[in-house]
Amino acid sequence: MTSTQTSRPSAFFPHRHLLGIEALNPSEISRLLDLANRYADLPKDDEQARRLLRGRTVMNLFFEDSTRTRTSFEVAALRLGADVINMSVGTSSIKKGETLLDTAMTLNAMKPDVLVVRHGDSGAVNLLSQKVDGSVINAGDGRHEHPTQALLDALTIRRRLGHLDGLLVAICGDVLHSRVARSNILLLTKMGARVRVIAPTTLLPGSIDRFGVEVFTDMRKGLKDVDIVMMLRLQLERMQGAYVPSVREYFHFFGLDYEKLSLAKPNALIMHPGPMNRGVEIDSEVADDINRSVIREQVEMGVAVRMACLDALTRPLTGYNGSGQNEPADLQNGGRS
Amino acid sequence: MTLQRPPKRQLRPLALVNARLVDPVSKRDEIGGLLVDDGIIRDLGPQIGRAHVPEEAEIIDCGGHVLAPGLVDMRVQLREPGEEHQETIETGSLAAAAGGVTSMVCLPNTDPIIDDVAGVEFIARRARETKRAKIYCYGALTKGLEGKDIVEMGLLHQSGALGFTDALTAVADAQVMRRALSYARTFDLLVVQHPEEPRLAAGGAMNNGELASRLGLSGIPTCAEVMMIERDLHLVRMSGARYHVAHVSTAAAVEKIRQAKQEGLRVTCDTAPPYFSLNEAEVGDYRTFAKLSPPLRGEADRRAIAAAVAEGVIDSIASDHAPLDVESKRVPFAQAVPGVIGLETLLPVSLELYHKGQMPLIDLVRCLTSRPADILGLPQGRLAKGAPADMVLFDIDRPHRIDVAKFRSKSKNSPYDARPVQGKVLKTFVDGRIVFAADTHA
Repeated sequence: MTSTQTSRPSAFFPHRHLLGIEALNPSEISRLLDLANRYADLPKDDEQARRLLRGRTVMNLFFEDSTRTRTSFEVAALRLGADVINMSVGTSSIKKGETLLDTAMTLNAMKPDVLVVRHGDSGAVNLLSQKVDGSVINAGDGRHEHPTQALLDALTIRRRLGHLDGLLVAICGDVLHSRVARSNILLLTKMGARVRVIAPTTLLPGSIDRFGVEVFTDMRKGLKDVDIVMMLRLQLERMQGAYVPSVREYFHFFGLDYEKLSLAKPNALIMHPGPMNRGVEIDSEVADDINRSVIREQVEMGVAVRMACLDALTRPLTGYNGSGQNEPADLQNGGRS
Repeated sequence: MTLQRPPKRQLRPLALVNARLVDPVSKRDEIGGLLVDDGIIRDLGPQIGRAHVPEEAEIIDCGGHVLAPGLVDMRVQLREPGEEHQETIETGSLAAAAGGVTSMVCLPNTDPIIDDVAGVEFIARRARETKRAKIYCYGALTKGLEGKDIVEMGLLHQSGALGFTDALTAVADAQVMRRALSYARTFDLLVVQHPEEPRLAAGGAMNNGELASRLGLSGIPTCAEVMMIERDLHLVRMSGARYHVAHVSTAAAVEKIRQAKQEGLRVTCDTAPPYFSLNEAEVGDYRTFAKLSPPLRGEADRRAIAAAVAEGVIDSIASDHAPLDVESKRVPFAQAVPGVIGLETLLPVSLELYHKGQMPLIDLVRCLTSRPADILGLPQGRLAKGAPADMVLFDIDRPHRIDVAKFRSKSKNSPYDARPVQGKVLKTFVDGRIVFAADTHA
């Protein structure tokens, strides 16, 4: 097998795009996490890593505002030596449907190797991926998926606790509108963790019990004996009566404070995809608890995971043939295991 | 220096003997006695006679009359705060005690509206001060009863709200109702609906039909009720919420609720005495005391409601007490405010179903006591060891004419004045205290 101009699946990662956790099997997820784990331990100016994507173009195409995720992808691409182009397309200035595809065709003509795309509509990234020659990474589409967030969460957990299988994870808050929740539920259940979702019924998607999770509307019951507490962001406009009557009531029943946290396992970790609404879904003190909160670690792992995803998707271009021989030495030996 | 609290005044134990004990939960209907101490029923049964009561007890001979649980009224308006010229919690409690009602739940359509914790706490405080009846409230389902944004149901429930309703209006927006039911499901709270499609009912003054046409009044069709119920049942099916339909008035609605119950949905309903004792003909010559919401229906619907109470499809009978001043009623029919008082007629008018042989006494008592208590999650409404000693003693057969002039209620808008009825409240007990005793010479 030799590489061509267009990317195609490698044996290491047999997908052209990373559109969601849905399409991945447990061994593919493990491989991505192993690779990300090695990147996490590399110095940020590692020379060999910097050669991996030299001459390749990574385009960040964000139809929805984002600072954290876009920056994280940008840093990851730069550390791998890629040329990075940021395209911020305000949703107000763009019309839906045809225009999305027009944009895709235009960008495709510039031959990016990887397109990192965020869009406010579920399925939009998938649609775009069908029209371009390079690889597409979903950086969040509507309420559908946010695969790199789930991967970075998993990596954070693995580095803290050593494994995912058998863990009891509570995902709390606005599950209905959360792509982070969906990707995490998929990833964690595929990897053998038990997942609970905790939310007022208005913030739970229909038939959520069919996702292989346990459903709780009482946070005190739901947090009992969990290893991980994942909090979700609740957007302000959703807590003024339509889904939740008030911030006060939400925090009282669903905000993570020490009292509710005391029901989880003694050393249960606290996670949040950010940005946090302090005093809404999480008590400020809990969020800053250096012994329990791994929220800053999540951000750090975000870069490593995105480096791994960029690497995995471009391997046909970098000549990787599946035997492991072409893998940079540092990456072969630098990881924990 | 220590301040000595005065010792809590202990009531003497109370022994009610020679009573016809009627309890719908244990299905007891037998002559016997009942012992009360510290506000709680300690023992009851045929074995308790005059010879078997504690020495210090106060003994009341019930003369063989019916001793039943105090009535639990799921739906009243007490007009406090805001419209105290029509009724107050005090006068409403006097009316309740006289009517044998020992627990009642008021609607949130006061001024200010009960849609926050402060409102619920106000009612709770006034209820503590008023010892004649146990008073609870529903919270508004949406803020300001506007049908848009859901209230802090969790916090209001923790403060004592027994359920949530927009009182006299239905939540018109299906999406809002869907979310309200869904949110209520979070805490497993009861949602109470006034079942009426608001656009169909808008401007209507009485039941749609021949009589309305002859009187030249615009009508409210019966389907306005069943349409709203059908819509809600779809949403209940989706949310799994507990849903209660207030004052059912049509045969079609009864059928829908029957089916929903058979399907296993968590649906309950009540009606009020006017809907099984009166029909639209009552409007007669534009009598505004016969203007209700929902309106009095045709005779076929009236019969269907009576039958549904007897059958148990309708769970409970509530007074739907709606005190209104003269100015609200002494106006052209179309302008009159709908509603009638009911606390002091709830028992005798309901007893008509028993006296006419439509249902056994014990089933009727269930509709007025344990069934509504169960729906509301209250421990009263039954004669049982350990239950609160809330009871009503009544002469089931005594014939008399309803005399509205003698009512304790501040407003007198009753459609039943001078109606001959059977059944008279003799005594009412709340937590073992006598809160009403009939004038024995009356």
